[in-house]
Amino acid sequence: MSARAVVTGLGVAAPNGLGTEEYWKATLRGESGIGPLTRFDASTYPARLAGEVTGFHAPDHIPGRLLPQTDHMTRLALVAADFSLADAGADPEKLPEYGMSVVTANSYGGFEFGQRELEKLWSQGGSHVSAYQSFAWFYAVNTGQISIRHGMRGPSGVLVTEQAGGIDATGHARRHIRKGTPFVLTGGVDGALSPWGWTAYLSVGELSTREDPRRAYLPFDADASGWVPGEGGAVLTVEDEEFARERGAGRPYGEIAGYASGVDPRPDSGRPPVLRRVIEQALADAGLGPRDIDVVFADAAGVPEPDRIEAEAVTAVFGERGVPVTAPKTLVGRLAAGGSALDTATALLALRDGVIPPTAHVTDPAPGCAGLDLVLGAPREARLRTALVLARGTGGFTAALVVRALDGPWPRSA
Amino acid sequence: MAVTQAGTHTSAHRRRVVITGIGVIAPGGLGTKAFWSTLTAGRTATRAITHFDASTFRSRIAGEADFDPAAEGLGPQELRRMDRAAQFAVVAAREALTDSGLEDTGRAPHRTGVAIGSAVGATISLDREYAVVSDSGATWTVDHRYAMPHLYDWFVPSSLAREVAWVAGAEGPSAVVSAGCTSGIDSVGHATELIREGSADVMITGATDAPISPITVACFDAIKATTPRNDDPEHASRPFDRTRNGFVLGEGCAMFVLEELEHARARGAHVYAEIAGFAGRCNAYHMTGLRPEGREMAEAIRVALDEARIPPERIDYINAHGSGTKQNDRHETAAFKHSLGAHAYATPVSSIKSMIGHSLGAVGSIEIAASALAMEHGVVPPTANLHEADPECDLDYVPLVAREHRTDTVLTVGSGFGGFQSAMVLTRPDRRAA
Repeated sequence: MSARAVVTGLGVAAPNGLGTEEYWKATLRGESGIGPLTRFDASTYPARLAGEVTGFHAPDHIPGRLLPQTDHMTRLALVAADFSLADAGADPEKLPEYGMSVVTANSYGGFEFGQRELEKLWSQGGSHVSAYQSFAWFYAVNTGQISIRHGMRGPSGVLVTEQAGGIDATGHARRHIRKGTPFVLTGGVDGALSPWGWTAYLSVGELSTREDPRRAYLPFDADASGWVPGEGGAVLTVEDEEFARERGAGRPYGEIAGYASGVDPRPDSGRPPVLRRVIEQALADAGLGPRDIDVVFADAAGVPEPDRIEAEAVTAVFGERGVPVTAPKTLVGRLAAGGSALDTATALLALRDGVIPPTAHVTDPAPGCAGLDLVLGAPREARLRTALVLARGTGGFTAALVVRALDGPWPRSA
Repeated sequence: MAVTQAGTHTSAHRRRVVITGIGVIAPGGLGTKAFWSTLTAGRTATRAITHFDASTFRSRIAGEADFDPAAEGLGPQELRRMDRAAQFAVVAAREALTDSGLEDTGRAPHRTGVAIGSAVGATISLDREYAVVSDSGATWTVDHRYAMPHLYDWFVPSSLAREVAWVAGAEGPSAVVSAGCTSGIDSVGHATELIREGSADVMITGATDAPISPITVACFDAIKATTPRNDDPEHASRPFDRTRNGFVLGEGCAMFVLEELEHARARGAHVYAEIAGFAGRCNAYHMTGLRPEGREMAEAIRVALDEARIPPERIDYINAHGSGTKQNDRHETAAFKHSLGAHAYATPVSSIKSMIGHSLGAVGSIEIAASALAMEHGVVPPTANLHEADPECDLDYVPLVAREHRTDTVLTVGSGFGGFQSAMVLTRPDRRAA
């Protein structure tokens, strides 16, 4: 009973591209989505750069009745789900209602929406709070709205593990497929680009305060100065391989071959971070060794200490410069749960096209990260069959995912 | 036996998952004993809100826990860092670990995971901090210089799972499960799946919510989901009664130690119950509305029973969602009839929300605790305040008084915003074929 979980559709809403191919082309061309904040006046804050999804006009994509009840990031999630279903060539009306699940990851809920309602509460009183507040801000909102929009009644849920969420959700989607639910929308879309959300980001104390979008987020670089928040993410359509074949799906991007997760011990425990062990477990779960992995998509914190920890773990498993490592999120910023979902989509696109997108803007790897074979400057063409995607969230949540291209021909119809 | 994390088992028989430790914080008393005493006495713990001045709100009642975190042993830094929901989780997790006899020595950290349910996370702290940085809503461009250093942890509720992981010394798969008001069933279901598939041997799981804050009260006021019966707080939560007119907000937490059955047996642990079946479905209908026929909840119940390999007739007790809204109580009554047939009429059904209120994501776990204790003691808790049932709610709801009743198998259900419907079947491990 080990059904293969294959990815048949990708839907991307990213700061450097709305739409999967738009994002992928921009990423290969090195087009950055990081720039000065435009959503609100950030002039009083010490950090003023973000990855914003630009050119997104919600009424072009979302039914009018949903606009008053949805936060910006939920609208992006609904659009990414639409893109993903279209890419998978799947019409939910023709699929079994209990056979379709939605498992998304989220970190913030709808906090821009929430800020407006908190403002009404505190300045005008409780009776001015919107009837939609009860669900528009909460963490389960994207899964709920996607399931309603597409009539998906299978086992569904929401995982919160900060940056690791996109991977944990995808791992959980595979679990549903193995238990018999053949069609799962997963991944994550996140973002909290309002002054209230920005205040929370600032409280971490890790945001880069630089003004130059090309020098603000430089993971593994000797000049690393912190990270830049972004919004968006990706929704993946994951299916049981036989189900996808029978419904006449196009060739899948790849399969979810391995997954593992863990959480770091207390900082004062004297115990090591769990990343190395989680990588090894994900490889074992995929039945692969380090030599079978063709590229690693790094978490890429952009902060010297976690960068060094990640570099050490990757080097310990793969050896010095033993595998190409990249962080195309340098073009979009860190998207919380959306980030590892987007990295997973990016890894699958890399497998499809045989090209590794580079780590943008990084030029001078830090001494502690010298063991990494970082893909810098330009895309690197390579024969790619398997990719490892890593994420480490605030609080020590750590996840690793192995995706693998499918062998052999794929019939369009049985 | 070859096992990979998140992988399927190569062994012929499947791993079974049992509850070996319970910790509860609920209105009416702290700790499992006080909780069970409240329930079996049929005592209501709902009252006029004291956490803040609620005088301007439509519904001014809640089930509040008399919880003093310093008295529970939390230090100054923990008090500063943790929202009330996290404080609940840490204190209840300690009780569950002590109860299980599984101290943090001798457990493999990477084989121990955490799954915590929460619907609204650190909402009290967020509400309070917003008021500070915005100067009571005076400015959209809030002043970050007044923000607490832990604000990001309160934004992202995975911090709840991290706190529990630190208490338990867990380094295995860990997450917050946030599916609105089914979070407390779904988190325990998630933990069960992780043990079954071999990703962990021990899970610290459960759910916590501390939502009694102005923003939460306001948003339920806005949709008239909570009751305005402010002149009679002790009798305001009235599931299945024809005079019910909304739920009473609550707060609290239940935490469990879940173990693989052989792991528990090998150390001679006391087993409260086996998590025999779990399933969730979505109604894909409305973010807050329910259709009266309860079709998706019935489907979740059927699948959970199927997973447990237990026929409907074996259910001895149903711990209902029973929120006390007009539509919920009819919806789930219909779901019980659809899924259990005639046996629904022969089975005691009760809602402990009549006594402790509705603590959103936490309550599913608190109800699992009540279900396990009902099996332990052979007593089913009553539905308080049920004097005259709604004619459309025509099952045996155990009105007012707890009932001695041999209980080997329990069905507990939840229903929540977002359309989530969850069902879990608990049983005695020695009464079920492997």
